[in-house]
Amino acid sequence: MEKYLYIALFAPIVGSLIAALFAQSPKNLFTGILTSGLIFVSFVSSMILLNYVDMDTIVHVEMMDWISAGNLSIPFGFVVDQVSVIMMVTVTLVSTIVHIYSIGYMEHDESFNRFFSWLSAFVFSMMILVMSDNFVGLFIGWEGVGLCSWGLIGFWYKKHSASWAANEAFIMNRIADLGMLMGLFLIYWNIGSLQYDIVFANIVNLDLDIVSWIGIFLFIGAMGKSAQFPLHTWLADAMEGPTPVSALIHAATMVTAGVYLVIRCGEIYALIPDVGMFIASLGAFVAVFAASMALVNRDLKRIIAYSTLSQLGYMFVAAGLGAYWIALFHLMTHAFFKSLLFLGAGNVMHAMDGELDIKKMGGLYKSMRPTAILMSIASVALAGIYPLAGFFSKDKILEVAFNDASYFLWGALFVGAGLTAFYSFRLVMLVFFGEKVHEKLGYHPHEAQPFVIYALTPLALLAIVAGFFEHSFHEFTTQLLADYEFTLDHSVALMLIFATSAIALSGIAFAVYNYKRGGFSEKIENWGVYKLLSNQYYIPKLYDVAIMKPFTALSRFAWLNIDNKIVDATVDMIARVIYGGGEKARKMQSGNLSSMLRWMVVGIVVLLALAIFYRPMV
Amino acid sequence: MITLTHYLVLSAILFSIGLVGVMRRKNLLMLFFSTEILLNAVNVGFVAVGHYYGDLSGQMFAFFIIAVAASEIAVGLGLLILWYKKTGSTDLDTLNMMKG
Repeated sequence: MEKYLYIALFAPIVGSLIAALFAQSPKNLFTGILTSGLIFVSFVSSMILLNYVDMDTIVHVEMMDWISAGNLSIPFGFVVDQVSVIMMVTVTLVSTIVHIYSIGYMEHDESFNRFFSWLSAFVFSMMILVMSDNFVGLFIGWEGVGLCSWGLIGFWYKKHSASWAANEAFIMNRIADLGMLMGLFLIYWNIGSLQYDIVFANIVNLDLDIVSWIGIFLFIGAMGKSAQFPLHTWLADAMEGPTPVSALIHAATMVTAGVYLVIRCGEIYALIPDVGMFIASLGAFVAVFAASMALVNRDLKRIIAYSTLSQLGYMFVAAGLGAYWIALFHLMTHAFFKSLLFLGAGNVMHAMDGELDIKKMGGLYKSMRPTAILMSIASVALAGIYPLAGFFSKDKILEVAFNDASYFLWGALFVGAGLTAFYSFRLVMLVFFGEKVHEKLGYHPHEAQPFVIYALTPLALLAIVAGFFEHSFHEFTTQLLADYEFTLDHSVALMLIFATSAIALSGIAFAVYNYKRGGFSEKIENWGVYKLLSNQYYIPKLYDVAIMKPFTALSRFAWLNIDNKIVDATVDMIARVIYGGGEKARKMQSGNLSSMLRWMVVGIVVLLALAIFYRPMV
Repeated sequence: MITLTHYLVLSAILFSIGLVGVMRRKNLLMLFFSTEILLNAVNVGFVAVGHYYGDLSGQMFAFFIIAVAASEIAVGLGLLILWYKKTGSTDLDTLNMMKG
């Protein structure tokens, strides 16, 4: 079985390295096919491992010693257990489809080969992250994911906005990584090891304060990677990257890493329910906060990005309240329909020659039927309508909130569910149905290539049926994760399901009804609330004014005054002294032998004086 | 009674004379003489100290210095004659071909 572990882990990097060899050469279809194939191989190995892993059979290998210095010993070890194998399957499945899709999507891009190299490296980093058996390996994958996201968000680096967004994502993640590192240091200081099994076995013996700090710091890391408030702005700006990258970031690699970290550290968070409550509250806040921004946005990809933020909030609510398996379940189902949504959006974007404003589309159903159907399926799943995947996982999260007697959280999530349904169908209605605005603007949309559509069908299929695996998923993951005890009455649970479905359906109905009749009047755009939401609560502006402007001013000051006047001046002065001294000493080299002899005597006298008067310390 | 101090003082005086000669003289031949005085001043010092400690290595060293001095003079005089044949002068200040 170790063989399959190595194949699953290393197949992506092999593809990435081979594609990297051709990075500078013109488009070569071979790199796309090779990397897709290797990711598929990785997926198949993950599936084999999924079948193999069981209660007593966990694959755990130590490849080699990696870091050993003093008391610190970190082997290069990997573990395939119930949690990581679920992540592996999800990641590789979505990645395979994204790779195949990209062959069609990036068809005319001149950096076709470079794209595939980065894409596979991204998957490899994520595999390291989920498969590592210690925190250091996780951190390496964590950073690798950050690096690859930088390379992919800024893939069209000639565009200023793209390279800016790439830097923003990278820097925001570094801020959060500091928290993560502090958490790791605390763990190492107090436990003396970073292996998961040793840490989780000894964490109960620690002082509760320290455990709380560890939990808080690790969660700060997760906040950055999963783009939770207040570090969320990078996720929407990351839409500057090519659409398959967005799909990958949102569904498989990158943002799910934060949720994975909290799930993986479940045994730490179980000891500190207060921190868990904070995580859940922040999650519920973000769920509504992000959904509200999605309501008014006109950018096709940004709407979906905010929707991801909101769904990540749902996952954190579940994880914070201790329902780890439910968080993982929502992570998995979300990966399927969210990647489908993004890839569909990519088709629309291609058809509209890169236009993203949904108000300029409308009526695309006629010209791109398969994409319309796929995106509608994904939207229904996202809204959480029975029997699609989103229903099962999202509904469970609401049940958890209610069961925990956190009615406030439940209320927030409930509102969030309504908003989700509304904005998803606002998007579908504005893009695919209603008036054909795009014809007036002179666009001639065309459907994507057939193989691209075929590649998406597995995702659509999973978005429909994944929910029915809930029972076996529960059994499988709770072999490792702590189970969550439901104390709710069956009738109450049914009521909740009914209520949630009702609000989701009414959200959809409202959107459909409204946009069928031409949508809201233009007047609401002057409302204060609309302006607040469409400006993302002015948070990017606030960051600009409160952080970036002062920082730029400080940097300018440091450059002009400290660097130029102190550091540079010191270095220049040293150079000037040496240069001037040389200029003066040059006169000694007169070429006259007798003056040279005199200088030689001076040298002897100086050396003699040194030898006589200078006593080195003994 | 002649003690070690006397020898060393003699050696120092000889050395100073040699040093002044090296600095002041312009005639190449005189420079060679001065160098010989310098070397022999050192030899006196070596031999005296070697005798004082009853150690032969000081005197051994003096022999080496004599040998080195002899070969140095042999090479130096050869060059000097060549130089004289070429320029007709043994003045130190004419040796400035290397001046940059």
